[in-house]
Amino acid sequence: MPLLEARPTPSAQMRLLAPLIAIGLTLAVGSLLFLSLGKSPVEAFGVFFIQPLSSGNGWSELMVKAGPLILIAQGLAVGFRARIYNIGAEGQLIMGALAGGGVAIAFDGVDAWWVLPLMVVAGALGGALWGAIPALLRTRFNAQETLTTLMLAYVATFTLSYMVNGPWRDPEGMNFPQSILFGDPALFAPWFEGMRVNASLLIAAFASLAFWFFTSRSFLAYQLTVGGLAPAAARYAGFSADRTVWLSLVLSGLTAGLAGVGEVAGPVGQLNLNISPGYGFAAIIVAYLGRLNAIGIVLAGLLMALLYLGGEAAQVALQLPAAITGLFQGMLLFFLLGADVFVDYRLKPRPKPAYA
Amino acid sequence: MSTSPPPFSGPPGGTARLELSGITKRYPSVVANDGIHLKVAPGEIHAVLGENGAGKSTLMKIIYGAVQADAGQIQWNGREVVIANPAEARRLGIGMVFQHFSLFETLTVVENIALALDEPFDLKGLAERVSEVSQRYGLPLDPQRLVHSLSVGERQRVEIVRCLLQAPQLLILDEPTSVLTPQAVQKLFETLRRLSSEGVSILYISHKLHEIQSLCHSATVMRGGKVTGTATPSQETPASLARMMIGRELPVCAVPAFSGEATPVLSVRGLSHTPDDPFGTALKDIALEVRRGEILGIAGISGNGQAELLAALSGETTGPASTVSLAGTPVGHLDAGRRRKQGLAFVPEERLGRGAVPPMSLADNATLSAHGQGLVKHGLLRPKAAWAFAKTCIERFDVRCGGPGAAARSLSGGNLQKFIVGREIMQQPIAMVVAQPTWGVDVGAAAFLRQTLIDLSRSGVAILVISEELEELFEICDRIAVLAEGRLSEAVPKHQTNAEKIGLQMSGLFADAHATDREAAHAAA
Repeated sequence: MPLLEARPTPSAQMRLLAPLIAIGLTLAVGSLLFLSLGKSPVEAFGVFFIQPLSSGNGWSELMVKAGPLILIAQGLAVGFRARIYNIGAEGQLIMGALAGGGVAIAFDGVDAWWVLPLMVVAGALGGALWGAIPALLRTRFNAQETLTTLMLAYVATFTLSYMVNGPWRDPEGMNFPQSILFGDPALFAPWFEGMRVNASLLIAAFASLAFWFFTSRSFLAYQLTVGGLAPAAARYAGFSADRTVWLSLVLSGLTAGLAGVGEVAGPVGQLNLNISPGYGFAAIIVAYLGRLNAIGIVLAGLLMALLYLGGEAAQVALQLPAAITGLFQGMLLFFLLGADVFVDYRLKPRPKPAYA
Repeated sequence: MSTSPPPFSGPPGGTARLELSGITKRYPSVVANDGIHLKVAPGEIHAVLGENGAGKSTLMKIIYGAVQADAGQIQWNGREVVIANPAEARRLGIGMVFQHFSLFETLTVVENIALALDEPFDLKGLAERVSEVSQRYGLPLDPQRLVHSLSVGERQRVEIVRCLLQAPQLLILDEPTSVLTPQAVQKLFETLRRLSSEGVSILYISHKLHEIQSLCHSATVMRGGKVTGTATPSQETPASLARMMIGRELPVCAVPAFSGEATPVLSVRGLSHTPDDPFGTALKDIALEVRRGEILGIAGISGNGQAELLAALSGETTGPASTVSLAGTPVGHLDAGRRRKQGLAFVPEERLGRGAVPPMSLADNATLSAHGQGLVKHGLLRPKAAWAFAKTCIERFDVRCGGPGAAARSLSGGNLQKFIVGREIMQQPIAMVVAQPTWGVDVGAAAFLRQTLIDLSRSGVAILVISEELEELFEICDRIAVLAEGRLSEAVPKHQTNAEKIGLQMSGLFADAHATDREAAHAAA
């Protein structure tokens, strides 16, 4: 007998509160975790959430990390509304980085204003093309995008590995798997001396505005939402299911590709095996934590970026393992999904025993 | 029609088979059952009569243990019981035949029956018992046939036999005749009368008054979750029963003649289509024509190609251009959105999830199909225009709801149907296709919807209605055709045919005569 029954009218307030409840539960369980490791929770949370923001450089790093997370999540959210589950944004990010990085390598030594814009365009196209493959497979062969996007993420990782170990390896790089360091014309200039925050943040900011307008006002986004909520209603209305698939996957691939260029032309400055600390996967959490809403995603992206920074600080200050960041991300997603279940369902009262 | 049963007189002073007292079930937004009393004697056929939403189904689910009452007692053969779940109910001797069957299409009859048994079994012995029971009660059934090859009537027999195998003392049937031809209804009634004569009590849920009058010994009438009366159906008239059921007289539609020129608007020629679904029904060379100012009805039992024909008409499936044409223009190759632009409106059978997006507001649902009416400009939504459109629709078509901001799923079936029909009419179509216009709709809303369709047709719109309710088709249509096993009969003016003839065609007279032969052979054996 099922334990849960659907609520007749799920509360809209609770749906918005669910992320806050999830954050609260994550902090509570996180305290237990710190206690069991012999650390004071107060001190640990200070290191995790306060210390990273106590310097200008901390804020700069927050923006460096939040930028790609927000950018990717905005693109993913469009597809998620239509129930098109692209979980391979990491691969699209890598292909975007490869395409953009390829431009930087090809025009190395060319001192021209158009190198960086060309990289950005190439990165967007690279990510979009990598998203187009699952779209083609889904619309032509009905292959589930959940599987194909994830598998293509591994293909992208190995392609990157091949390129930096082979054709694009820096000849003077002591055989390390990395490309040459990009020249200034191929880099976003930092805004402040000694800090890494740069103009690529504007791409994320502009994308957030654009997606807010797109999702709240456009007929196309309305069609995507209908396709997600009630596929039969979308067919009835004559909205194209294929177009929904293409739009969702290409758009989310494009934003992930842009994020990839932002990394190689920004904080990383070259192609190597560490261009992304899992932004493409973490952005899935960001999209849901932000309730697939453009403004919510900005807030969720900032929180997730803080988790990355806090995890790093905790490694240094508390000698905690690097896995702590992943643990917190995992708990946050787990509690959010759990809270969402209870927004839509409630516990069913147990019937009384057979005979009275 | 058969003779009416005499008023039932159980053994004097005997214990009731089932007695409910003060059964109450509250849901957050509605009291589904409010202090219900009901008494059924052994061998009694007891009707539970009421409109959709009166609380009949909730009450039956409580008796069958699928839902728990908040208050009240259930007495079973004089002993107070709490029925925690359906397995418990079956152990007590309560069987239920649901309106929607739960059968696995890829399994045989006997395998399906085995799945529902609570005790261990061997398939061979079970198959023999199935044959035996099915013959004894006049329900011919081959235990080894795969369910997907059975007609809907035969599937119902599987469900009934499944219950009978457990030798029930009480059998609950929920709207059992909605899927049967008039002839099959008579066969079912014979079976039920035989069961009754053997002492099995029957709870018969229906809103069809003439059936209850010909079958049931007594009736409990419900309205708005309460019992509004008990009656001996044979001593009542349909009008008096209707008054108890809906609280007023049965409304009647006015059908004026069409004065304009009846030119063809929607025509279908040579439409054949094999669906992707292996259990779907292939359409075979369908031809029809709907003219301005008329309503063409398509009778038949769902599963005979209705879903496939509707999809081919609406544009949800497309085919050769020439198969469907609209005012002379071939549109068979166009999708639903493009056909709509040419003036075709469509009201699907499924209201929630197809005709409307359940969690979206009515204003947003206006945009779903009426986006061509200025609700979208330069690719951008115009929320104010959608709001105004929904508001007009609500006022003009008497939709009872919380306003344009109300979620589609918060509306009752009848009100949502009025909204969807209204939304389609407001797009000023030249032709409209409507599936099951009043399915699950209360009597008042059904009458309103039927009159709305008649009036729309008389204003010069060609309307095609697909319905399982024969009475409804005879009330509103000008011509009637029958869809059976993927073939469509010639449309006949309604005064040149009758329910008996249509019923024969519904059982597949012009397509597959061997099914009837097979049944005859079974019955003879």
